[in-house]
Amino acid sequence: MTDPIRDEWYPVALVSQLGPEGRDTRLLGEPVRVAWQDGAIIVTSGGHTLPSQQRYGHVWACPGTPARPLFDIPEADQPGRRLVDVGLVRVKCSPLRAVENFLDIAHFPFVHTDILGAEPHTEVGKYDVAIREEVDEVWATKVHFYQPQAAKSAAGGITTEYMYRVPAPTVSILYKTCPPRPGEWDVITLFVQPLDEELCEVWPWMALFDDDTPMTDLIHFQQTIFLQDRSILENQLPHRLPLDPGMEIPTRADLTSIAYRRWLKRRGYTYGAQLVAA
Amino acid sequence: MILYDYALSPDCYKIRLLAALTGAKLTLRAVDFHPGGEHRSPAFLAINPGGTIPVMQDGTLTLTDSAAILTFVAAKSGPAWLGDDSPEMRARVAQWLAFAQRLSASIGKARTHDMLQKPADIVACRKAGVQCLREIEAALVERHLTGDAFLAGNRPTLADIACFPHSMLAPDGGISVDPYPAIRLWTRSVRALPGFIEMPGIHRLHDLKPEPVGVPE
Repeated sequence: MTDPIRDEWYPVALVSQLGPEGRDTRLLGEPVRVAWQDGAIIVTSGGHTLPSQQRYGHVWACPGTPARPLFDIPEADQPGRRLVDVGLVRVKCSPLRAVENFLDIAHFPFVHTDILGAEPHTEVGKYDVAIREEVDEVWATKVHFYQPQAAKSAAGGITTEYMYRVPAPTVSILYKTCPPRPGEWDVITLFVQPLDEELCEVWPWMALFDDDTPMTDLIHFQQTIFLQDRSILENQLPHRLPLDPGMEIPTRADLTSIAYRRWLKRRGYTYGAQLVAA
Repeated sequence: MILYDYALSPDCYKIRLLAALTGAKLTLRAVDFHPGGEHRSPAFLAINPGGTIPVMQDGTLTLTDSAAILTFVAAKSGPAWLGDDSPEMRARVAQWLAFAQRLSASIGKARTHDMLQKPADIVACRKAGVQCLREIEAALVERHLTGDAFLAGNRPTLADIACFPHSMLAPDGGISVDPYPAIRLWTRSVRALPGFIEMPGIHRLHDLKPEPVGVPE
């Protein structure tokens, strides 16, 4: 029997930071241990070894039977990219709220002031959203936004183009204009590990074209952005993501969020979700 | 002045904030505190055997204590921040600089525990943090009764810079600041200072910002 929640892949550790002591953590409310054994990393839970793999800097585990291979990020293998392990941030929020916030652009001028947005440039222009049936992923494209400092490598304000992709319920990938290399996309991801329905650990990770910025500055830039979101996320109500239309009135700028919620409901992914109208 | 810095550290932020308020020029060296643990690397321990940030280097001088660094930056770039108006004010500044260590050890530890999963006795940290906030609240109320808006007197000093960041970031470690109206008013006063800069979790006062002007396309 398939289980739409347990059969997904989840990040459980950063390979580069997994010490000899291993890591005791949680996944979907259950204790999980990530440890080295004979030079390999294994993930165990309740006396069982879980299917696991190492990809995109992280250890991924599946508490059930993997329904599909781990999603592909072809850019991760492109030569010349710097791969940035940003490190975990724990957030007291639904894992789905963390993903949804990452998909939102409208908050940039107010939460990431003078970095990812600035007043009066608050308008989110028209963009396209689709659930791509052939790959079963949510995609938002042609997103344009004015940004004072779009990336560590951006010298001044630019209008940035974005694409958003949700390849798995607790993963979001963002492709954005790459200031030093026009024509390519910088890849910025949010891998979310659901500890409980209202508690998660977020593992941002990046694959960038930027030969100049020191690695630590890249890490600090992304941590700064994400930590600006953290206090907002911890105060969102209702705590669980409502999948049914209710009292919330979405605007045009929320199209990606609406598609994401619809897609979750269709897949039966309800961990961290609320099914009665808000 | 070289500051070994971490973007998310309140103790590093207070140095950056004072530099911004006094116009001091800092050269920032980002330390990969998380996830890299660079502060425990041999290279960093050679600079600061205590393995803590912030660290400041200026010529042959190396400072590893945030109160000492604040004092140095103020003495060099903004002596008024030392709070030498009266013996009482000077003593209060010294006392709050010492008190700030209690904030780092309680609220600061609760915060890195809750956010970054650093080890801590979280219950003890939160309890000690609440006690610290209650002491600041009481002191601020006492100051207000004599007409002063800041911790050491009627104008901002190092006392405020040292204690403000942790007080505002307490919710990051699961400690609410809702019960402390004097603290909230005081943090607004600090955020309203000309030249104020922010850090994640400490926002500028949008309502005090000048009307935004057009940004070139």
